[in-house]
Amino acid sequence: MTDLEYSFGFETRMIHAGQIPDAETGSRAVPIYQTTSYVFESPDQAARLFELKEYGHMYSRISNPTVAVLEERLASLEGATGAVAVSSGMAAQFLVFVTLLNPGDHIVASAHLYGGTIAQLSHTLKKLSVDVTYVDPSDLHAWEKAANERTRLFYGETIGNPRGSILDIGAVAKLAHARGLPLVVDNTFATPWLCRPMDFGADIVVYSATKFLSGHGNSIVGAVLDSGKFDYSSFDTIAAPEPAYHDLRFFDTFGHYGFLMKLRAVSLRDVGACLSPFNAFLSLQGIETLSLRMERHVANALALAQYLETHPKVAWVAYAGLPSHPQHVLARKILPRGAGAVFSFGIRAADARAAGARFIAALNLFSHLANVGDVRSLVIHPASTTHQQLDDAQLAASGIGPELIRLSVGLENKEDLIWDLEKALSAI
Amino acid sequence: MGSGEGTVCDLGFRTVLTPEQRSRFQNPDVIRRIIAHPGVAAVVGLSADPQKASHFVAAYLQKRGWKIVPVTPKKGLILGEESVSSLADIAIPVDVVDVFRPASDMPALARQAVAIRAKTFWMQLKLANVEAAKIAEAEGLFVVADKCMKMEYGRYNGGLHSAGMDTGVISARRTRLTE
Repeated sequence: MTDLEYSFGFETRMIHAGQIPDAETGSRAVPIYQTTSYVFESPDQAARLFELKEYGHMYSRISNPTVAVLEERLASLEGATGAVAVSSGMAAQFLVFVTLLNPGDHIVASAHLYGGTIAQLSHTLKKLSVDVTYVDPSDLHAWEKAANERTRLFYGETIGNPRGSILDIGAVAKLAHARGLPLVVDNTFATPWLCRPMDFGADIVVYSATKFLSGHGNSIVGAVLDSGKFDYSSFDTIAAPEPAYHDLRFFDTFGHYGFLMKLRAVSLRDVGACLSPFNAFLSLQGIETLSLRMERHVANALALAQYLETHPKVAWVAYAGLPSHPQHVLARKILPRGAGAVFSFGIRAADARAAGARFIAALNLFSHLANVGDVRSLVIHPASTTHQQLDDAQLAASGIGPELIRLSVGLENKEDLIWDLEKALSAI
Repeated sequence: MGSGEGTVCDLGFRTVLTPEQRSRFQNPDVIRRIIAHPGVAAVVGLSADPQKASHFVAAYLQKRGWKIVPVTPKKGLILGEESVSSLADIAIPVDVVDVFRPASDMPALARQAVAIRAKTFWMQLKLANVEAAKIAEAEGLFVVADKCMKMEYGRYNGGLHSAGMDTGVISARRTRLTE
């Protein structure tokens, strides 16, 4: 049997991919290379590095040995050709846009996105003369109708905010590819253990690895991954001579590495959203237990969703892992191991906004904060926090009612979590 | 931290080769044997334009200790080496014939590679001609198709890893200092 016929499993790659013990020390843990820069071997080698004629580290804003372990590991788990790890999930998606798009270009995006992403698309990209049309992600005609001759990419989340809607990645990828466009998917809530969007046709995957990938709520981390299968020859931003890099043609020269090489060598270099080596180390530490954590996250989330669904003080539960969710069948196809561990539910109370605040105040075990994807269980009531400046009508328009509570279910004992929810529900 | 001698996972991107052809013409053991010993590389279709992929690859190989022989109709020096117009014009033994020409040119080039007793016939990334591969293979040459020599170097010496790419190499063995 040749090596080519053997493929290591996900759990093995989550621990080993990207790190081979180095010759000098044999260090088994991934070393933290806390350095800004790297001594050149010679003036000649320095020149070749700067011309991209040789691979290697020059400056940690562009690449770093600890960060590189994280990059290869993420790429291996995703089935991607490579990855660029960056300072945050927001930076990851921004670098994708800045690499692919020119002023005047247009994006068709799912309306069910993280609020920060909506802000970046609607306001920051608008300043760069890129505009966006939002569509109901489950309405395939809407994606087609929204696309025009300026459209350069489709964008969505595997598991969308805030109602846990599931993106039909295969169907949307087909629509994008029919127009010669890449589909970019934010897979933050699923991680590659629950879903690998590229298996369904996505071309670029972005992560806020801050969340379940790193998993311990201690580091802000982002990543961009490319399948290596999209033909960028009609994208002048990747294929045309690059004036910021002595007219290098990235797609022609680097082939299936072209997009990521451009993103790193030009966009990351110029934007500067680099990942700290220490945060990369913490992220790697988290990824080593990814499958184990995700199994427990999903099991706990399902148990809590089932408990809440039958509770008299709960009006609704939006979790695609429940048969009552309108996209449960799609979720079973896209996320066969579980529909993630973030979901929302509505409390049943006449004064929902105030009752939501009372519910939060009565919790003991859930941490009240604005994050998801921690080993600890987290909770937020948007109407009294992130969205408190909106009136009830504005809240309803954004798809977030005053009764909506969002949970990110952690790894604690599930009976303890249910005990905590029970107590808080009785307080409203 | 990316180099090593461990097992290589199957990584195929947009290749036209079948799985059976890939195990013959993209075999990691064969590729590692070829790049382990720098020798003479005749680079067919080598461009004098420093931004062309062929120039990137040849310059990289030259720095890794390979003697480059540019094979191109254009006369003159490329990377400090005198070009020749065909493989038959090369006066020294050739280890690798590395081809940057359309796949339709491959069978004739494979016959020439056989004629000059080259050890390896290598068709670059996105280039593969099974007829050419079989011609060279039948005469005992190592054959690689649809692979980039520079990328394959990078896969095993840590270069690709440092660029954030998946090398497919998985190993818990310590890297050897000689690499």
